[in-house]
Amino acid sequence: MDSSDFFGLSAIAYILSMILYISFLVFKKETIGIVATTFAALGLLAHTIAFALRWKEFYEIGKMGILRAVPLTNLYESLIFFVWCLIVGYLIVEWKYKNRSFGAFITPIAGMALAFADISGMSKDIHPLVPALQSNWLLAHVTMSFISYAAFAISFATAIMYLAMVSDNKKSLSYIFWTAILGIFTVVLIAMGIDFLTFKVAGLSHKAFLKSYLFKATFRSESTMISIISYIAAIAALLGFWSLGVGIKRFISPFSITAEQLDDLTYKCIAVGFPVFTLGGLIFGAVWADQAWGRYWSWDPKETWSLITWFVYAFYIHARLLRGWRGIKIAIVALVGFISTIFTYLGVNLLLSGLHSYGSM
Amino acid sequence: MQNNKKGTVDKIWDFFASIKLAIFVFTAIGITSIVGTIIEQNAEPEKNIRLLSKMFGSSYASDIYRLVDAIGLNNMYHSWWFIALLFLFVSNLLICSLERLPSIIKILKEPQKPIEQENFEGLPIRHKLTMKQDLQGAVQRLSSVMQKAGFKFYEHREGDLVQLYAEAGRYSRFGVYITHLSILLLFIGVVIGIFMGFNGYLNLLEGTSSSVAYLANGKEINLGFDIRCDDFEVSFYEGTDTPKAYRSVLVVLEQGKEILRKDIEVNTPLRYKGITFYQSSFGFAPSPQSLFHFRIASKSNKIQEIKIPFDETFIIPDTKVKVKISDFTPALGVDESGKLFTYADSMYNPAVLLEFHEGNRVINRQWVIKRYPHTWVFPEGTIEFVDLWGSQYTGLQVRKDPGVWIVYVACLIMSVGLYMSFFMSHRRLWILLRSTGKETEVMIGGWSNKYRASLAAKIQGMVDSITSK
Ligand code: HEM
Repeated sequence: MDSSDFFGLSAIAYILSMILYISFLVFKKETIGIVATTFAALGLLAHTIAFALRWKEFYEIGKMGILRAVPLTNLYESLIFFVWCLIVGYLIVEWKYKNRSFGAFITPIAGMALAFADISGMSKDIHPLVPALQSNWLLAHVTMSFISYAAFAISFATAIMYLAMVSDNKKSLSYIFWTAILGIFTVVLIAMGIDFLTFKVAGLSHKAFLKSYLFKATFRSESTMISIISYIAAIAALLGFWSLGVGIKRFISPFSITAEQLDDLTYKCIAVGFPVFTLGGLIFGAVWADQAWGRYWSWDPKETWSLITWFVYAFYIHARLLRGWRGIKIAIVALVGFISTIFTYLGVNLLLSGLHSYGSM
Repeated sequence: MQNNKKGTVDKIWDFFASIKLAIFVFTAIGITSIVGTIIEQNAEPEKNIRLLSKMFGSSYASDIYRLVDAIGLNNMYHSWWFIALLFLFVSNLLICSLERLPSIIKILKEPQKPIEQENFEGLPIRHKLTMKQDLQGAVQRLSSVMQKAGFKFYEHREGDLVQLYAEAGRYSRFGVYITHLSILLLFIGVVIGIFMGFNGYLNLLEGTSSSVAYLANGKEINLGFDIRCDDFEVSFYEGTDTPKAYRSVLVVLEQGKEILRKDIEVNTPLRYKGITFYQSSFGFAPSPQSLFHFRIASKSNKIQEIKIPFDETFIIPDTKVKVKISDFTPALGVDESGKLFTYADSMYNPAVLLEFHEGNRVINRQWVIKRYPHTWVFPEGTIEFVDLWGSQYTGLQVRKDPGVWIVYVACLIMSVGLYMSFFMSHRRLWILLRSTGKETEVMIGGWSNKYRASLAAKIQGMVDSITSK
């Protein structure tokens, strides 16, 4: 078996554990929870093996220093590593808080990342490193960035849970905001699930889809009908989340976790993520750019978005500690922070470069 | 009058010291930066007009672009107002920190005091218990427990009341100020770099030298020495066009004398007298002076190196065969029908067409490809195409930044500051003991500026270890 087999196994285990965690939240059967954790842990094991194997494969292809051969050099590998960090972080939280209800909110983020990696058509091949990437700073920069992204992802999940527990006034902006975010995440996850089923499992692939399946079964379908129906369904789903969101509280509250604990956990995750992001994401990135290109900062969109994300979390910290923002307001800042993180990571590649490359057509 | 004036200064001070301003500046920098990533920076106007017409419709695009241009959104990060925002940010940071520093220094200068009993009730973490030991025994037991938990403690006696108290992580309170100071220092470094350094480029053809570099606007910058490129080379991963390394051999010359020679690659620049040369690009620029470099091994295994210009001939040793270079391509490709063509302007796959003459007769023609040794083999021996020297230029980024080390030091300090702010806390612990004859009444109290739960757990651990035996 090679690394991709183990990656496949771990992805299956994670997806199963995601489904199990959500069922656990709904049915509250202890056994379901234990099985869910078991799958998450087994997935992590397979994932770790896969990572090590890929490292070895890369090392053999690239014929360079072992540290240079870390398989973290393209979007696919980094997404997968993000999932690894996220699951490790999640299992630590579950173990510390002796509480499995977080799983239903955190594992879907892992599920999304995996689905995205699989259907967006990004290259999964091992490529030898181009000269700019041949730096030991790469290892430090990328690993630390992803550790912080995982911490931010957990803070996002706990902030959503917090809002689900305390923000239940349907007319308030905060309620509309968090239900919309949760709704969008769910819709995107489901749409990617449908892509996966139609193009991967049912094998309905078509030449035009060779590159990317993303949303091709729904929003970007070749049939206008399907695409319109998808949008209507998505809007209906968002409205559904809006009208039923108040009920989510009922699922979480039996789990002996208080809103204060969630608020505190959100802060703690950011308190870990922020310094790691500063050092690994910004500083090491700048040092590397300095070594490779002779400029530690050049305001390119990726750098600028990292800085924006950094400012959002600095805002979070100062608003919380100094202006005494608590509760709903600060939880929303945490959500904005993670949205900015996702944008830094994916949006810049997908949207901004798209915007600019269309511009040059 | 005097009072009034002071009032204004105070007001300005307060304005700069306020966290509200900080929150505003965070938001303003964030939002304007977003705009800067959407509008392409330093691009030709057409690009952004096209972008704007996609967003707002073509009828408004050119008007909006005029506005964008007027406020400098297309070179935003260097516009006066963005730089002003950054300065606002730094002043805010500086004054805010100065405002708070004296009080925190005062707090930290005072040694920890024994706690008054009435204040004990105000502590966030409190435990009361009774030990079945006399006072002396209890003090001893607790001392050892505290020591085990890593606290260095003091003892205070007042009548029949004994207090053990300890403190840890006092200096972590400075973490915030260290972090803020580092941001300030970072700005100083950046500003020094901008005003006292430069960022230029230089394209150097193999074999040539230059005493100047060029800024983006074409202005010359005198280096104060000469820099020469002796060789440039791209190596590729086997069988692919994925570059593995770009390498330039650079030589520093002072008054014509060779001072320093170094191979630079993408992640290993050359530094000399504060100026750094980075490998950033390369290109192909054939010139009449270019030399083809061959290594010839005849059948009798005599090895000969030759360097000749285009269109010239050489003789294979021990034979009468004359060889002429009759064609060259920097990137030889083969299309589907087997036809040869040049697929790139750079030397991805350089090849020469050699024509073999015996007398006046052409006896053979063959492409010799630098990267494929099997094309070097001939009936007369092997002819290795080593290099086409003097036809590639190396693209160097040339930078002088006397502020960069300040930036690095600032980053280092920032890491320390962040570590202190987020991973350390200031903790205080008091244990009050009072004898009630045979037993001892014990009160344990703790306080910390953050991460209370972990201190509470630690204290709980101490309590458990005392009560367990
Ligand atoms: C993006 C830049 C900034 C970073 C990275 C930063 C970082 C920090 C950190 C790490 C803390 C400590 C948080 C903790 O103790 O958990 C802090 C606190 C603080 N920051 Fe900033 N800060 C920044 C900008 C500012 C600015 C512009 C101001 C100006 C008003 C400011 C004022 C403060 C104050 C007053 C505190 C609290 C100090 C205390 O607890 O005594 N910060 N900052």
